[in-house]
Amino acid sequence: MSATPEFGDAGLETLHEILNAHRGMEGALLPILHAVQEAFGHVPQEALPVIAKDLNITRAEAHGVMSFYHDFRENPAGRTVLKLCRAEACQSVGADALADHARGKLGIDWHETTADGAVTLEPIFCLGLCACGPAAMVNGKLVGRTDAAKLDRILEGAR
Amino acid sequence: MKIYLPLDSAAVALGADEIAEAITAEAQKRGVSITLIRNGSRGMVWLEPMAEVATEDGRLAFGPMTLEDVPALFDDLAAHPKALGLTDELDWMRRQTRLTFARCGVIDPLSLHDYELHHGLKGLKRALAMAPAAIVQEVTDSGLRGRGGAGFPTGIKWKTVHDAKASQKYIVCNADEGDSATFADRMLMEGDPLTLVEGMAIAGIAVGATKGYIYTRSEYPIAITQMQKAIQVARAAGILGPRVLDSDYAFDMEVRVGAGAYVCGEETSLLNSLEGKRGVVRAKPPLPALQGFMGKPTVVNNVISLASVPVILERGAAFYKNFGMGRSHGTMALQIAGNVKFGGLFETAFGLSLGEIVNEIAGGTASGRPVKAVQVGGPLGAWFPTSLFDTPFTYEDFAAKDGLIGHAGLTIADDRTDMLKMARFAMEFCAIESCGKCTPCRIGAVRGVETLDRVAAGDPSALPLVADLCNTMKSGSLCALGGFTPYPVMSALTHFPDDFATTRAAAE
Ligand SMILES: Cc1cc2nc3c(=O)[nH]c(=O)nc-3n(C[C@H](O)[C@H](O)[C@H](O)COP(=O)(O)O)c2cc1C
Ligand code: SF4
Ligand code: FES
Repeated sequence: MSATPEFGDAGLETLHEILNAHRGMEGALLPILHAVQEAFGHVPQEALPVIAKDLNITRAEAHGVMSFYHDFRENPAGRTVLKLCRAEACQSVGADALADHARGKLGIDWHETTADGAVTLEPIFCLGLCACGPAAMVNGKLVGRTDAAKLDRILEGAR
Repeated sequence: MKIYLPLDSAAVALGADEIAEAITAEAQKRGVSITLIRNGSRGMVWLEPMAEVATEDGRLAFGPMTLEDVPALFDDLAAHPKALGLTDELDWMRRQTRLTFARCGVIDPLSLHDYELHHGLKGLKRALAMAPAAIVQEVTDSGLRGRGGAGFPTGIKWKTVHDAKASQKYIVCNADEGDSATFADRMLMEGDPLTLVEGMAIAGIAVGATKGYIYTRSEYPIAITQMQKAIQVARAAGILGPRVLDSDYAFDMEVRVGAGAYVCGEETSLLNSLEGKRGVVRAKPPLPALQGFMGKPTVVNNVISLASVPVILERGAAFYKNFGMGRSHGTMALQIAGNVKFGGLFETAFGLSLGEIVNEIAGGTASGRPVKAVQVGGPLGAWFPTSLFDTPFTYEDFAAKDGLIGHAGLTIADDRTDMLKMARFAMEFCAIESCGKCTPCRIGAVRGVETLDRVAAGDPSALPLVADLCNTMKSGSLCALGGFTPYPVMSALTHFPDDFATTRAAAE
């Protein structure tokens, strides 16, 4: 397959490194997709056929797996990914109001990215911080007892 | 000077890393030499970040720590504004029976030396001196039942795998812990990961498996790192590898990370995911014990089930079995969460009443308002009203009240909670997380949301439809995601009919 300009030869090389690192692993597809997303920020369209060929599965299968899991994204996310817990324990301490605040402030809904590419908002169902909710994850960093003021500070930093 | 500060996710989410930096900086500034140990959490989440200072009398606790509280750790400790006294003397600690979590928050999680000082490896060493069938028997005799939710006797599962003939067998640890209000698996993996390594090694030796997988969640970054490091420590020390502690048994393991699918906590969905497939639930039979990972005999056990095995082997089946009530033997790690004054992890023998847990141990709500309902067992568990607070915390007693204890998470909600909204959320969650295999779950949950919206809009004819839908989901679903979503929905409807009163919207 020929690499598109966006993905490029460098991208292809990175991908092959990832594939080599996972050779011989039982059930390697998820670890590979995680590694690809880690390297590229998303799973580029062009990567799937290469992965599929390497694992000897069809492109449709690879796509089916990728789309089954909430974590994998087809498109790049905003510079800051804000994940807010929507589950019951966090709801009991005001997660819904906090989510409304975030959506209002950012002018986006769940799974959307602000027009300037600064922030992507994702729902998450439990971070194991259920005794100190509402819980959030900001670019992988855990935040407990998140209130509107804390959230505003986080969003300020994300601009 | 020896200071402990948790690396536990909850502590970190409340600022522990920043406190750690400040402690190091303050020590440097004062020219005091300190050893800062990042330990697990003792489970008192309302006191996190909780620092401890080792003294001749024992460890003194300070919390919840803020940056301003750091300098005073180097002055007169008795006068510290956040001084709580000796950790072991705190009410929360004294009332517990810590068997599985005995070391969590106590030891340096990655120090094998510390681990062995606190009875680590004794269970494995005893197991190595026993015949595999005798290990299985010991676990059976302990009365240990699966802590992941279903409560299936662990020893019986192990026996099936032990008796199966195969070229390769596996131990798969279910660390997918997706239930809201649960964090015991996470806390153990972060605070005492070697116990899980030891438990899995014992399981491997008992059933003849040489390879183990821990399947955990991408939402647990700290637990993932801690487990990976612990596996390296265990490998370097010969606990894992071709000759476990110089025996003729081989056992090794690795960590695998899920990708944000709740259903992958279901054991067959988990196995598909581990094999690199879509996390669709498999029909049973075949049982995973006979045809599990890669079609081979596989033990799938929850973290807490496996982490309870070392203490059972160390102290003996009878010791463990003596704790508890009825057919619920041993201890359970309660996870008290939501709108709660004293939230966290509390390990205790089965049998406390729900009311004792919520009011006496957890101190009621954080908001100070009356408790309205407690959801026990995660998103597939029933909401309990205060009128059922005399229910003893056992598998059977909760089942008798149309509920379940599941992985022992409790979400406390105050009187402002709209139970219709919670019922709707249960349906919405099921719709989002359904693996799609069966219609009653995939479509039924979507209908459930719509129907509850009609109830909320004041349509009285919709209410019987909710009950019908729940019956269909209960009887027509392959797994408990579709099959148990009716628990939170119907319990909300049954115990809090006022919230579903269709006249409400009309009157407004
Ligand atoms: C939708 C669903 C989600 C589940 N999630 C988990 C989980 O996160 N962790 C877990 O140990 N068991 C979970 N289970 C239960 C497992 O299917 C299985 O019973 C368990 O891993 C067996 O281990 P145990 O016997 O040690 O409990 C889930 C079940 C269902 C139906
Ligand atoms: S009940 Fe739902 S999650 Fe379970 S197998 Fe059926 S469709 Fe999948
Ligand atoms: S429910 Fe929000 S972190 Fe668990």
